Amino acid sequence: MTSDLIVFLVLSLVAIATALGMLFSKNAVYSALFLVLNFVTVAVFYLLLGAPFIAMSQITVYAGAIMVLFLFVIMLLGAKNLPPTKTLPWQKPLAFTLAFVLAVESIYIIFARAQLDVTVTSPDALVNSMNSLRKMAEILFTDYLLPFEITSILLLVAMVGAIVLTTRQKKAG
Amino acid sequence: MVPVDYYIALSAILFIIGSLGMLIRRNPLIIFMSVELMLNAANLAFVAFARSFEIAHGKPLFSGQIFVFFVIAVAAAEVAVGLSLIVEIFKSRKNINIDELNSLKG
Repeated sequence: MTSDLIVFLVLSLVAIATALGMLFSKNAVYSALFLVLNFVTVAVFYLLLGAPFIAMSQITVYAGAIMVLFLFVIMLLGAKNLPPTKTLPWQKPLAFTLAFVLAVESIYIIFARAQLDVTVTSPDALVNSMNSLRKMAEILFTDYLLPFEITSILLLVAMVGAIVLTTRQKKAG
Repeated sequence: MVPVDYYIALSAILFIIGSLGMLIRRNPLIIFMSVELMLNAANLAFVAFARSFEIAHGKPLFSGQIFVFFVIAVAAAEVAVGLSLIVEIFKSRKNINIDELNSLKG
């Protein structure tokens, strides 16, 4: 057991536990906070995999911006529980069965059939992977320049769309 | 020294928990969070494969990380529009239970 493996196992337990906590919490605020913890553990995985820039954007964009937006909307709509309605009675057992089948299939394929004989190590020093940021920025602004600009247009369209959607009723009234 | 299979398996488990959340929860906000969880699981697989390529070939290959960056940007855009749609539905119906949202007409 190397230290990498111990860190990985502990963090993956935390990640799975927080994901299940998000799924089964009755209160939407607790779900959002569990999801924040899950995003932070995944950011630590990114650091272990030598991707510090992705880890930082994960924390700032996901755990910071997106989850704050979620919490804001939960507060706006009221955090009270939804009343139980007449749902399809067989839906939950069917969903659990299908998810279990999917889990067994994917674990079987990953471990028995895929033959991924690579072990990943975390970078020796975080400074080394920080130095590779310059390389990544060069590639992002040369090879991937067009997708980068399209992403900025996409964000602009999303911003305009959100504003138009939420101010439509004021104009009508 | 962690086999890359473990990362892919963890990614698969998180993805399955997300899809289970989409199927069994009735609150659209929780369903949105499950979608975020699934996107996150896919990102983890991307970064794990990028790292394994970097180790196998000796030089870093940034395409995986850059793709994850784009996925994060798209997720941010999706959340902005989706949450404003939920707020708008709540304003017009006073209810966001997806079992009762069965028509597109406001």
